[in-house]
Amino acid sequence: MKSMQINGKTVQFDQEKNMLEVIRNAGIELPTFCYYSELSIYGACRLCLVEDRKGNIIASCSEPPKDGAEILTHTLRLQKQRRNTMELLLANHDRDCTTCGKSGACKLQELTKALGVDSVRFGKHDIRLPLDTSSASLVRNPNKCILCGDCVRVCEEIQGIGVIGFAYRGSKARVTPPFDKNLSDVACISCGLCVSHCPTAALEVRSETDHVWRALYDDTKTVVAQVAPALRVSFGEAFGLKPGTISTGKIVGALKALGFKMVFDTSFCSDLTVVEESAELNKRIADNESLPLFTSCCPAWVKFAELKYPKYLKNLSTCRSPQQMLGSLVKERFKQAGEKQVYMVSVMPCTAKKEEAKNPKFAANGVADVDSVITAIELASMIKSAGIIFEELEELPFDMPFGFATGAGTIFGVTGGVTEAVLRGLKPGKSVYKEVRGLQGLKEYSTEAGGRVIKAAIVSGIQNAKNLIAKIESGQATYDIVEVMACPGGCVNGAGLSASPHSAKTRLRSEGLYKEDAQMQFVRSPENPVIEKLYADLLGSPGSHKAHDLLHTHYSSRKRIHAMELGFEEKPPEKAEEIKVCVGTCCYTKGSYDLFQEFFKEIAERNLGERVSLQATFCLERCQESPNIKVGDKILGGVNRTDVAGILSGLTPKE
Amino acid sequence: MKIISMQDYNRLSDLCARALDNQQIKVLVSADTAGFAVGALEVYHKLHELIREQGLLADLDLHQQKTGIGLKKGGCFGCFEGGPLVNILPHDYLYQEVKEEDCAEIVQTTLIEGKPIERLLFKRDGVIYKSQDEIPYYKKQLKLVLGNCGKIDAESIEEYIAQGGYRGLAKCVYEMTPEQVCQTISDSKLRGRGGGGFPAGRKWESVRRQNADKKYVICNGDEGDPGAFMDRCIMEGDPHAVIEGMVIGGYASGANYGYIYVRAEYPLAVARLQKAINQAREYGFLGENILSTGFNFDLKISKGAGAFVCGEGSALQESIQGKRGVPRVRPPRTVERGLWEKPTLLNNVETFANVPYIILKGPEWFVSIGSPNNSGTKAFALAGNVRDSGLIEVPMGTTFGEVVFEIGGGVPDGRRFKAVQIGGPSGGCLTEAHLDLPIDFDSLDEVGAMMGSGGMVVIDDRSCMVEVARFFMSFTQKESCGKCVPCREGTKRMLEIMERIVDGKGSEDDLAILEDLSGTVRLGSLCGLGKSAANPILSTLRYFKDEYISHVREKKCPAGVCKKLSTYVIMAETCKGCAKCKKICPAQAIEGVVKNPFAIIQEKCVKCGVCLETCPFNAIREA
Repeated sequence: MKSMQINGKTVQFDQEKNMLEVIRNAGIELPTFCYYSELSIYGACRLCLVEDRKGNIIASCSEPPKDGAEILTHTLRLQKQRRNTMELLLANHDRDCTTCGKSGACKLQELTKALGVDSVRFGKHDIRLPLDTSSASLVRNPNKCILCGDCVRVCEEIQGIGVIGFAYRGSKARVTPPFDKNLSDVACISCGLCVSHCPTAALEVRSETDHVWRALYDDTKTVVAQVAPALRVSFGEAFGLKPGTISTGKIVGALKALGFKMVFDTSFCSDLTVVEESAELNKRIADNESLPLFTSCCPAWVKFAELKYPKYLKNLSTCRSPQQMLGSLVKERFKQAGEKQVYMVSVMPCTAKKEEAKNPKFAANGVADVDSVITAIELASMIKSAGIIFEELEELPFDMPFGFATGAGTIFGVTGGVTEAVLRGLKPGKSVYKEVRGLQGLKEYSTEAGGRVIKAAIVSGIQNAKNLIAKIESGQATYDIVEVMACPGGCVNGAGLSASPHSAKTRLRSEGLYKEDAQMQFVRSPENPVIEKLYADLLGSPGSHKAHDLLHTHYSSRKRIHAMELGFEEKPPEKAEEIKVCVGTCCYTKGSYDLFQEFFKEIAERNLGERVSLQATFCLERCQESPNIKVGDKILGGVNRTDVAGILSGLTPKE
Repeated sequence: MKIISMQDYNRLSDLCARALDNQQIKVLVSADTAGFAVGALEVYHKLHELIREQGLLADLDLHQQKTGIGLKKGGCFGCFEGGPLVNILPHDYLYQEVKEEDCAEIVQTTLIEGKPIERLLFKRDGVIYKSQDEIPYYKKQLKLVLGNCGKIDAESIEEYIAQGGYRGLAKCVYEMTPEQVCQTISDSKLRGRGGGGFPAGRKWESVRRQNADKKYVICNGDEGDPGAFMDRCIMEGDPHAVIEGMVIGGYASGANYGYIYVRAEYPLAVARLQKAINQAREYGFLGENILSTGFNFDLKISKGAGAFVCGEGSALQESIQGKRGVPRVRPPRTVERGLWEKPTLLNNVETFANVPYIILKGPEWFVSIGSPNNSGTKAFALAGNVRDSGLIEVPMGTTFGEVVFEIGGGVPDGRRFKAVQIGGPSGGCLTEAHLDLPIDFDSLDEVGAMMGSGGMVVIDDRSCMVEVARFFMSFTQKESCGKCVPCREGTKRMLEIMERIVDGKGSEDDLAILEDLSGTVRLGSLCGLGKSAANPILSTLRYFKDEYISHVREKKCPAGVCKKLSTYVIMAETCKGCAKCKKICPAQAIEGVVKNPFAIIQEKCVKCGVCLETCPFNAIREA
């Protein structure tokens, strides 16, 4: 065992990646803004500095631990260094802390106090940049950004997306989507990992509590709620309970105290999902079609698939997410009962659910199935502002008929849960699948069911999903079912649960869910008696027409560059030769606009208007060879204005 | 055409030397960026036309025995004033400010008749210098890496070979093992010329020892210090020396691929390097199977977009990889995991250009030049308040006094020497007390300055040291990449304070904050740019504290440079009351009645100085 001296004390270490981990394991807290063990080392906040024996100052996050090293962590020099660094950060920060949404949970605030920074000697934050409120889920406030880059790295490294990055230099540096676009205009999947990693309020969840309050005090509305499974093991944390502690009854009690008429359990629809999805899987296996089946409960994943993998959309389960199933079912039930003004609020661990609920395809006659989505953090703030004392609340049960779930529905909140629930449904007997449990990013499992081997893969974190799909595409792996959750660890690590990511919390929460599952009377979704009744009364059978209407959906490619042609003729001539000139950014900067004009001119001069249909298009995805054009089915790269005559040369005017 | 053996190389080298000898007279035009700016290319073309008309032009041709006059595009001559320059060999006449109209006379009088043209020769203090080597500016210098600059055709590989070019490479690949090459560089005690002064041999050996499927060599030509142009001149004037040094580096370290990272603002350097790369490939000095030994090494030029910080090793690598040019944390070190995550040998232009000479002449020869532990020479861009400015090269250990007074000819206009700023924005200011200080890595380090890449600005008593420090801070602040907190925020605040001080709004507390912040930025910053960003301030605070005190306490700028601190007064006895000043004053700060003395209302005055320039009676004084 190797060891080093930290502040004169011998500390042993083994596999720690860097000095910072050794120091923290030794029980000494060093402040950091830009260090997360699961992300790459960035080394920009310069707070984790330590001093070696020679008096050299080293950033401990990037220094490998050395056997026999002697370091000091809190010398006067280091303390002053950290205070000054904090002071510099504060000077350029929009310091309206008292009214800031992050106040109380802000790391900048916390470290300011902890390091004893009591004044700022420099000028003020002088440039006020506009907020980006374009996203249905997130709000970006560049004035609060301290440029630690955590959001940039989590988006790039964990999710493999990278919709935000650094722009500009020096004191003008900023984190922004490319070309200063809004989040809604880029491929953001609203997963919210950037929010949970942001130490300040530069990235926040878009709050909907105002809408909910208004609905609660609107006499014409019946306000009901649904609560996601991950909430029961995490919500209590806002009121001092340990992660993993079950607080379902208190949550229902609190919602009732706030004025909700009825409170339902989203897990009920998790059970329903299992039934519908299993039917779907069985059919696909029987037809040997559209396999693997990708799960569709995670809206961030679904959006990513729509953006990135249009060709796999047929593989996505057509099941709506449990939230949307419950939304449509509740609205349908109340409609049948003659009550029309129902307002559905869902309480979620998730930010992507907000965007999902606003998708027009989940609305009937312009009324959304789920009217508002609030996160656990938002609900906690509502409880606090209503003066409700959580600890003293009466524990209440969920309301029927959508308040009864099996253990299978409960474990939807953790990675592997959906797969385990489906396996339980497919295979009578075994009800605990240890193999698919655990928080690792990729799990594989195969088992025999119905006389056939079922191969399953479970991924969480979009980068892991991308890697897996690459393996599937290259033929290195085949599966029957692939479960994808955007948040590493699943919903129990959702960005709506707490202000900072914490793997230890995630582990405790997932243990809580499995514990709850183990205590359930029913652990298989098809055994849920309420579901049986629902099919009998309303839906008929799994996959029925009614079930499709209420529980299933369809997907469409969101590839921004897909099929966006701009024609210039009023009516494209029939049987014409199609020429498409790419005017995407890359081609445009390489002169494709001139190229387009050249074509336009030449076509007119050669009287080829009847023969050629000229279109501008966006991105043929061969940017490195730009400017590109497409003639018929053929893409030509590196086309010059001088090539135009040659390309048109084979054509003669129509007689 | 490709060289396949040492004998083959010797044959080629003889051919080149003979071809060069056939040019009995060699005319070199200072065809570098500075020369082009003042019309050197026109002079070149005119000379070309005239010499050809006379039937005297003899291009360098290895296979014909034609004798005559060789006309060449030389690199930088070193002296920056008086261009376009023309040097005629073997006479060694140096003609200054040559115009197209002078060319006919040059051809007739000098090239045909062999006589100098006095009016074009360099003159100083009444002395006319007939030979370039006798000019004091050149006499005191020792040109090794700049030896070919301005002396050979920068676009001809044959001329480079005639001077012994690529012989070092041939020696390495035919006669030495990579270990021996690394050992030779170690023995020479060559230290990195990019500023840090890290022993090059140790770096080469570290890369050589790495086990990796791929390794890279990078030449850092992203010279960004304001007023520094040593590397540009080497790349423009002797591109093959850089390439040869890199190929040797590749051989020694086991790398097969290299990049030359040049800022895009150096188009001529890029063009000359590209030409040189193509030429070197043709002879088999570069590319596959170099000199028929089975060793492969090829090069690519990567153009930088102008960010200063991309001269920092790790940011440079990011930039080559197409990423945002920001430094990354170390470890891992570049020699372990650099470009594309592979072991990388990164040196700057001047370092590589030294290598062929060390290989050829041996490490003992190199160590014999310079001072202990600081062997060889160093090129500097000498600028500022000196009579002769330009590109110079001196042995390490030469004192500041020698450079400023003997090479630079001292401070002009009878002004007093005040300071010399060395090392650009990362360096510091030294004073009269340091004139006897030897210029080498260790001595500079001891006094809180640094060698930097070689910018050297002489400052006389007309300059305000506070303003000088403010200028460098504004440069660093603009060029900070914005990644780490101390540099991004610290330089911004230091600049704010410096601006306050030169505006007359500073206080003594500001000086304390400056010192405090300087420490924070120096200790805490991620990369060298940030760590050294405070040096101009720290060194001026150390050696010129009185000037700061005058600015903050008395609100006076002793050099009279800081406009906001000067006061304009109208001398009543001289003022005729013409009202011109009142009319032109943009701040309506002058009052008075015509034909009576006017007066300036100090509270309103914006210190623009327009009144002083306007007054026909010199009745306005700046105090």
